Order: sequence, then C-alpha cells, then structure tokens
Amino acid sequence: MIRFDRVSKRYPPGVDALSNLSFDLDEAQMLLIGGHSGAGKSTLLKLVAGVETATSGSVLVGGQNLGGLARAALPYYRRRIGMVFQDQKLLFDRSAFENVLLPLSISGFPVRESTSRVRAALDKVGLGKREKALPIMLSGGEQQRLAIARAVVGRPDLLLADEPTAHLDQDTAADVVRILLEFNRVGVTLLVATYAHELFPGARRLQLDHGRLAA
Amino acid sequence: MKAWLVHHGRSASLAWRRLTATPVNSLLSLLAIGIALALPAGGQMLLSGIRDLAGNSTATPRISVFMNIAAERAVADNIRSRLERHAGVRQAGFLPREETLARMKSSPGLRDVIDALAANPFPDAFVVSARDESPESMERLADEFRKWPQVEHVQLDSAWVRRLDALLKLGRTALMLFAGLLGGGLIAITFGIIRMQVLTQRAEIEVSRLLGATEAFIRRPFLYHGLLLGVGGGVMAWLLVIGTTLWLRAPLAELAGLYDLNLALHPLSASDSALLLACAGCLGWLGALFSLRQNLGQG
Repeated sequence: MIRFDRVSKRYPPGVDALSNLSFDLDEAQMLLIGGHSGAGKSTLLKLVAGVETATSGSVLVGGQNLGGLARAALPYYRRRIGMVFQDQKLLFDRSAFENVLLPLSISGFPVRESTSRVRAALDKVGLGKREKALPIMLSGGEQQRLAIARAVVGRPDLLLADEPTAHLDQDTAADVVRILLEFNRVGVTLLVATYAHELFPGARRLQLDHGRLAA
Repeated sequence: MKAWLVHHGRSASLAWRRLTATPVNSLLSLLAIGIALALPAGGQMLLSGIRDLAGNSTATPRISVFMNIAAERAVADNIRSRLERHAGVRQAGFLPREETLARMKSSPGLRDVIDALAANPFPDAFVVSARDESPESMERLADEFRKWPQVEHVQLDSAWVRRLDALLKLGRTALMLFAGLLGGGLIAITFGIIRMQVLTQRAEIEVSRLLGATEAFIRRPFLYHGLLLGVGGGVMAWLLVIGTTLWLRAPLAELAGLYDLNLALHPLSASDSALLLACAGCLGWLGALFSLRQNLGQG
C-alpha cells in the first residue's frame, strides 16, 4: 500500500525533517509512527497525503509515485485517503452533519447517498444523535470522533491520523483508538503518528529520531 | 454532467447563504454598486431624452432656399426646375407659403401671433439635399443659389442638428468614459468584498484542499458571490433609475410644456434593462475573479 524508498525531506534553509527513510506498509495493515516532537512524524504523514513532496527518494501509495503526480491530479488522489489532523480542522460554523458531508460534497456525491453515508459515519463514531450540533458544542473526544467520521465517510482505503489522542483523557483516547482499530479490522490501512503507542498494543511501530529511523 | 450541475447548484446556494448571512453589509454593498451603475444608466436615459428632443430630424445637411415674399409662383416653378436639373442636387422639395402658414398655425404657441398678422408672412421655400454633403461643397451650392433671381435667403439649416448631434456624440463619449470608470469601481468593490470573504473562509479553503477539493470547486462559490453582487447591484441600479424617472416625470413634463418641447424621460427598455443586469453580473464576476487570482493562492 505504502512504500518509502530512501525518502528525504529538507525544508529551507536546510533543515532535514526526514533523512533517507525507507519502509513498506501492506494493505489493511497498521503502522504507528513514534518519536519526539520534531522527529518527522507529521512530515511523513504530509508526504503520504501529498501535502508535501519529497526532496529525494520516492513515495509510492497504491503503486502510484506521488513525486510524479500532476498538480491537477492531486485533489483526486486526496479523495482516496482519509485524514485525521492533529488540530482536527473542523469547521466551527458548520454542524457536525455538514462537517462530515464536506468530503462527499467535494467528490460530487448525490444528496441522498451523501445523507445516508454521513448518518452511517456519525452512527459509527457514536455521534448519531449530535448531527445538528456545532463542533463548539462537542467535547474534545466528540470533536476527535467527528474528525474521524469526516475522514472515513468517503470509505478510503488508507486512513492517516496525526496524534489522534492528543489532549484527550485516557478513557476518551481509548475510545478513539477503538474506533480507529475497528476501521483497520474491516480492511482500512492505518498510518498513525502518535506518542501514545501503548494504546495500540501489538501494533507495528516505526520510531523516528531527527528524521531517521531510531536504532 | 449531473454532478457538475449539482456542484454549481451547491456553489450558488453557498454564495447566496454567504451573501444573506450579513444582510446589512450586503445591502450597503449592493447600494454602493447600484449607485455606481445607476449614474451611467441614468445618463444614457437622459441622452436618449435629448435625442428625442431633436425629433426625427436627421443630421443630413440640407439647404433651405427662401424666395422673395413678392415672387410670383411662376418664378418659384422656374427655380424648382433649375434645382431638379442641377447636377449637385440630389433632391429638392417645394414648400408653398400656404402650407408653411398652415403648419405654423398648427403650433399652439404660434397660432395667436400668426392670426394677428394681416397677411401670410412666409415665402415659398425649397428644401434641398445635395449629392456631396461635405461642408465646402454645401457652402458652394448655397452661394450659387443666393445668386439666383428672386432668391431672398439661403440657409444651411441642418447646422443646429449637427451641433446637437456633435454634442450628443460628446455626451455619449463622456458617458462611456464615465461608465468605464464606474465599472472599474464596481470591480474594485467586488474585489474587496471577495477578498474579505476569502480571508473569512481561509480555514474552510484549507480543509477543502486537504480533503481533495479542486481549485475550481473552491473558487466557484466566490465567483457566484461576485456574480450575485453584480446582478444584485444591477437590480438596485435599475430600481434607482426607474424611481428617479417616475419622480422626475411630472415636473419635467410641466417644464417641457412651458417651452413647448418634446422632452420626456423614458424608462429603461427591456433590452436596456437586460444589458444593465448582464454588464453588472459580468463586472461582479470579473471583480471576484481578479480577487481570487490575487488572494486565493494555490493549494
């Protein structure tokens, strides 16, 4: 599903966020990316999401080299992956329903199908009865679950999550992890950048240190 | 095709929601655009009224040849045949003095004056149009007619129409310049409003890009917003012009009646109204487009 082949990412004025990184992740598998702040976890996810491009090396997702992806093709690539952002990036002037609807509107889904998909996604994360609530009316855990619902509503093959349990208490964090693992069990490939690897017992882990694989 | 239409429908609906989310601000913006558009539209209507004032007169230069008041009809007949044979004359129309008197009597302002006269004060006359209408040739022709027997007076009587036409041309040019400047103003107003919208919607734009929105998807609601501002401003301008016309109609008719003038303000025609709305919509859309190019950046 994902192949990093000697990937480096350098930001101006010469800061190496990732150096010569290689790894593979098969379909329907899960990989945790660990490391301290600034280790390169978010950069790795941004490369997979096509938000950043590698300075050298190649990033392949589903057999497609993202370095060779045309700018016009990038939006269509992004529609195939789900993203849970560290800061959630919810739209605070839209209801929970409208937030989850956004990816489907972007992809041009018909209204009826969109409605049923949004309701299913909200039910899946336990927010079925809060669809009219604005994000500000939701707790931190509910906001994170809403972000997950938005990430999975398009039924992506690959789900990227950047610190999905940050700022959550232990029980809420466990709840969020449970939901992510459920998606992985039904075949969604999961790439998670997290400090809290203990919440994902038995998961394969890639530890980064200053942009390199830790020994 | 259906998905494309759905996208457009959603974008238009979103633009409408954004426009109506701040009704007072939007109304003031529409009023500013409406005033900017109403000025040239009103000017066009005024010019049209002045053009009507000139009546059906054409700017074709003509020469009026007036006979001596004592000249016999036989002399006038002789002049008529000379005119008809003249190589430089395209057409010569004869106006018998009796017909002129009857026409003048039909003018309400002149009837009393003419009735007070003992005899018909008007001479026989000819209205001549020339083959060569250049001013020099017309002057030569007029000089020639002046030398003919029993010809009392020769006048290049299209001069005032030509002067009015020149004034109207100047008015039209000034109006176009004015309309261009105010059109630029409308683009600037829309530019600013859309810029503010882009800043307000920055988070949504960023999230949409991350979720796979194309640039067209992101731009479309803003373009519809610009279009709605333009068309809304056009409607406002139309209402202002119609309102002003109705308001001025009675006092203007009174003034025109006092001077026995055919001066009236006609409301904008359906085609002029459609043109106004189309131009306004296009200008709003252009303002939005420029603003997006400047402020939206690339994903």
